[in-house]
Amino acid sequence: MAATVIEVEGLSKRYRLGQLQAGYDTLRDAIAHGANRLLSREHRPPAEEIWALDDVSFTVEQGEVLGVIGPNGAGKSTLLKILTRITTPTRGSAVIRGRVGSLLEVGTGFHGELTGRENIYLNGAILGMTRREINGKLSDIIEFSGVERFIDTPVKRYSSGMYVRLAFSVAAHLEPEILLVDEVLAVGDAEFQRRCLGRMEELSSHGRTVLFVSHQMQVLARLCDRAILLREGRIVQDGPSEQVVAHYLQAEGGAGSQRSWPDLASAPGGKRVRIREVRVIDEHGHLADSVDIRRPVGIEISFTVLRDDVPVFPKIKLVDREGNNAFNTVDTSPLWNGRPVPGDYVATAWIPGNLLNEGFYTVEPGISSVGALGTNKLVHQARAPEAVAFHVYDPGEGDTSKGRFAGQFRGAVRPLLEWTSERR
Amino acid sequence: MSTIGGTTIEEREDALAFEDDVPELSSRVTVIRPASRLPHLDFRELWQYRELAATFAWRDLKVRYKQSLIGAAWAIIQPVMTMVVFTFIFGTFAHVPSQGLPYPVFSYSGILPWIYFSSALGAASGSLAMNSTLVTKIYFPRVLLPIAAITVPAVDFLLASTVLGGLMGWYSLSTGVHALLAPLFMILAAASALGVGLVFAVINVRYRDVPYAIPFIIQIWLFLSPVIYPIKALHHSWERLILSLNPMSGVITGFRWSLLGTSPPTPLQLLLSIVAAGVFLTVGLAVFRRAEPRFADTI
Repeated sequence: MAATVIEVEGLSKRYRLGQLQAGYDTLRDAIAHGANRLLSREHRPPAEEIWALDDVSFTVEQGEVLGVIGPNGAGKSTLLKILTRITTPTRGSAVIRGRVGSLLEVGTGFHGELTGRENIYLNGAILGMTRREINGKLSDIIEFSGVERFIDTPVKRYSSGMYVRLAFSVAAHLEPEILLVDEVLAVGDAEFQRRCLGRMEELSSHGRTVLFVSHQMQVLARLCDRAILLREGRIVQDGPSEQVVAHYLQAEGGAGSQRSWPDLASAPGGKRVRIREVRVIDEHGHLADSVDIRRPVGIEISFTVLRDDVPVFPKIKLVDREGNNAFNTVDTSPLWNGRPVPGDYVATAWIPGNLLNEGFYTVEPGISSVGALGTNKLVHQARAPEAVAFHVYDPGEGDTSKGRFAGQFRGAVRPLLEWTSERR
Repeated sequence: MSTIGGTTIEEREDALAFEDDVPELSSRVTVIRPASRLPHLDFRELWQYRELAATFAWRDLKVRYKQSLIGAAWAIIQPVMTMVVFTFIFGTFAHVPSQGLPYPVFSYSGILPWIYFSSALGAASGSLAMNSTLVTKIYFPRVLLPIAAITVPAVDFLLASTVLGGLMGWYSLSTGVHALLAPLFMILAAASALGVGLVFAVINVRYRDVPYAIPFIIQIWLFLSPVIYPIKALHHSWERLILSLNPMSGVITGFRWSLLGTSPPTPLQLLLSIVAAGVFLTVGLAVFRRAEPRFADTI
């Protein structure tokens, strides 16, 4: 029978906004401000508060692998910080049965001046191992790290890879009964991420309980049995991870795969053109929220041309989840070479498979024209920022541009290129 | 074999042997609750974490002696140079009374506990801000950091003490059984440094100009401590009593007495210094415990 190892009851955490964005960094400023307030008898403005966690309750059984998802600022990290006791809750309680370890702490407290061996003792103690425990595992830790030859060299002379390997080796030998993993996949190199995931899977297969916070929905859905979705500090969904992830993907970003403006007069645009509808479609013409990275995706813009005085052309701009401009592209078909015939049009931009990276993209459709000769400007006759959005996922079958790598590549695009390699 | 993203990973690298494949539910139970309004020092927890405190002290010590080129010599050069300058200015020029002792011995026996106190105070004040990455990533009783910080100057103190022995030998001065009481005065110095350091450590978490204020405070404090002059040099007894509110006057007068047989602090002076040190430590711990739950949010 599985026992409950984590019991969270009405957990809440309030931050005053001033606490988050340090108000005065020097005592001098604080004193000056205080004196000012005293003199002018100005009342202290009520501190703005936010509830990073708001009445969160859940339980985790022994051996369960629980995923925690939600948009930035939903309270995921706050939850983990409370469970690792780095910060205290404002209300509520949590009971944890067993030794807690977290891959959040990898390399924490390493000191550059100390040797690899000394750092093992230091880091081990910080992670909660006793000196006797470390003595017993020392040779294993050194061997596992693969830096035996440099173990008595100060770690400031290590390459970053060696450093991470040693740090991870210490963390991996802490045998936690409950493992908390926060966004590890966002830090470290590919090798490191791979090890973290491997370690996580291994621990869970040995009956350890894992709490996994990640933005990588596909990985999370695969590794976790169950997931909770946090939004604005509250649990909005708790259930099988596949289901929760699917729900989250549809809801994130607000923008869906379709947007239309029934009233032409208030639709995006002006006296020359108006955009009536934008849709994200798959290769069969069906609406698509989520697209397999290997398949093409179409952005279909329906619009009305009202005047024929300026040559126009459809255009889209793609923005990735960080807000970076991924690319712009215009329709170069001969239809748009001269002055357009007024009327209704539908233009579809096909983004080929194996071009975009994984993640969310928002689309800004537009109808543009070239500015006066010599000005080198693009004139937007109509545009609708963030009109639609879609999610690109890699099913992880090894035939995309990241091959067998399980983590996430950076970059706005991730083209599958033709490589030629030969042995010489 | 474990499968990740459609790929397989060889067990050779990632597999670790587990002592028990089906883990027993551990007896360790952690209960997390909001910080209580009345902070108290959890001595049982501190005892559980004693190894970590020792590790922090060991780290600070290692780093200190590795980073400086002349290493241990630095611990001796600093008090010796101070003694030379003081002897030149206050002993030779100003003829400050030195209770019948050669001025170098007199001043050095004050400089020793003083330098311990001032460096312990400085180290404790900076201990939280220096370890901000630890504080934001790992739980442990934060008070371990200032406690570890005041132990490193103690090693410097022991090294520098050898010079006092040398000086006493040079001037053919001997010590008696009273010398056994000297460590007690150093404990009083440590308690005062920790108490004041805890308060500054808390302020330092929030306000980063504390490191600029500390040297200034230490400088003023030096002149309020009987390092350069004996407390007896003050003419009125009320002056001496006020000065005794500074725990360092009890520490230095007592330290000097225990080793060199100069006149001891009066019981009242000693009591005042002990009470003052106790108040510093209590207030420091209370301030620290109260602020502790918010360190990770503000650092």
